Amino acid sequence: MGIISSGFRGRRSENAALPPGQHETQDFPVLTAGPAPLIPADEWEFFITAEDGQRLSWSWDEFMALPQEEITQDIHCVTSWSKLGTTWRGVSVDTLFENVETTRDFATAHSFGGYTTNVPLWDLLGGKAWVAWEFDHEPLERAHGGPARLLVPHLYFWKSAKWVHGLELTDEDIPGFWESNGYHLHGNPWREERYS
Amino acid sequence: MDIIFTAIRGVRSGIREAFAVSSVWRVAEVVGGELENATARTIRLRVDGLMGYLAGQHIDIRLTAEDGYTAIRSYSVASASADEHLEITVDELPDGEVSPYLVRDLAVGDQLEIRGPVGGWFVWRPADANPVQLIGGGSGVVPLMSMIRARQASNSAAPFRLLYSLKSPDSSLYRDELHRLDQESAKLMVDYVYTRSTPEGWPAAPGRLTSESLLGKIFPTEEKPDVFVCGQTVFVETVSDWLVMAGYPPESIKTERFGGTGGIQ
Repeated sequence: MGIISSGFRGRRSENAALPPGQHETQDFPVLTAGPAPLIPADEWEFFITAEDGQRLSWSWDEFMALPQEEITQDIHCVTSWSKLGTTWRGVSVDTLFENVETTRDFATAHSFGGYTTNVPLWDLLGGKAWVAWEFDHEPLERAHGGPARLLVPHLYFWKSAKWVHGLELTDEDIPGFWESNGYHLHGNPWREERYS
Repeated sequence: MDIIFTAIRGVRSGIREAFAVSSVWRVAEVVGGELENATARTIRLRVDGLMGYLAGQHIDIRLTAEDGYTAIRSYSVASASADEHLEITVDELPDGEVSPYLVRDLAVGDQLEIRGPVGGWFVWRPADANPVQLIGGGSGVVPLMSMIRARQASNSAAPFRLLYSLKSPDSSLYRDELHRLDQESAKLMVDYVYTRSTPEGWPAAPGRLTSESLLGKIFPTEEKPDVFVCGQTVFVETVSDWLVMAGYPPESIKTERFGGTGGIQ
């Protein structure tokens, strides 16, 4: 038990679904390290690179022709807000990996605009991650990462890279942008892996 | 003892500065506080073992109610010091859970728990020599004030400009200090944009920033300024888009959205 602030009542959330230290918001706050890049759909691609020079890529049209899934998940931002029951549409990372041959265990997600974040492969595969292009039945707004963002809802939301461009598979877990700026390498909200 | 902040930068450098105790909850004692205006209060804390921090970082504050219920919020640090003191400035949100308590109830002598300071991106270091353009909307001026104060406390020769967008003169934070520094320091220029009401005799009508008025009040692109933009989401999105369209390189612009909400205010 921490220090008691007498006189502080607070508001109890009705919801037991929140990880430690999180509070629920009805808004969708935007947190980004810099200006939002503008990527026209005809310049968009999604790539995966692995060993031996493998490089798969999809244009916007090719990506949209892949099987699409509807996702309803809670999301948790490291700045302590959580948003429950958010609805997305996108392509499962499992689908994108169907033709990838790799023994590598880690990935760096690269975004248009230069942002990077590292995610172990086991957090991306097995129905746990998507490349999402629709939020709340509307095309994903640029401020929230449109045309498409990575969606890894079981990790803190900075892992869900906005304006995602591709995944570079690596042998080691290489810190990405926020992971080099004081944040946790893994970012599991249920273990409160916030800071390094 | 002086903390020497290394100037080594780089997204993939993995360099850690001032993060040593960032994930531990520590006890902070309230040693002072003053109202900045009708709704905002600066709170001065003493944290045992704190040895300075970077200008622009934030702390998490944890409040615990008598039944054990806890609430955590993040606040930017407003001060600049190399010792065990730091200040935050909290603006009371009318329906807030934590801010009304911090602004109205928290008393000198009380203790609370903090984690941090943290953050290695939206920060200014005295070793950075580039001109610095600060653009703040409302309480978004708080971390920018930390940078201004850090510059004053160092022997940095970097020229600073602050563009401060606020509703009205009586919603200002740090009014006297900014006025004094603007007058006294040849290296700091402060510009104000009033969106709802202006001081007596102000040469412009109240109104929101426009692309034109923004570009007329900041370092031009040729000066290659490092730009820090902080405020509500819509303010930050709009301003940073204007900057990019005007030719400021995206990588020279650092942004921080303020407050727990991203709704249009």
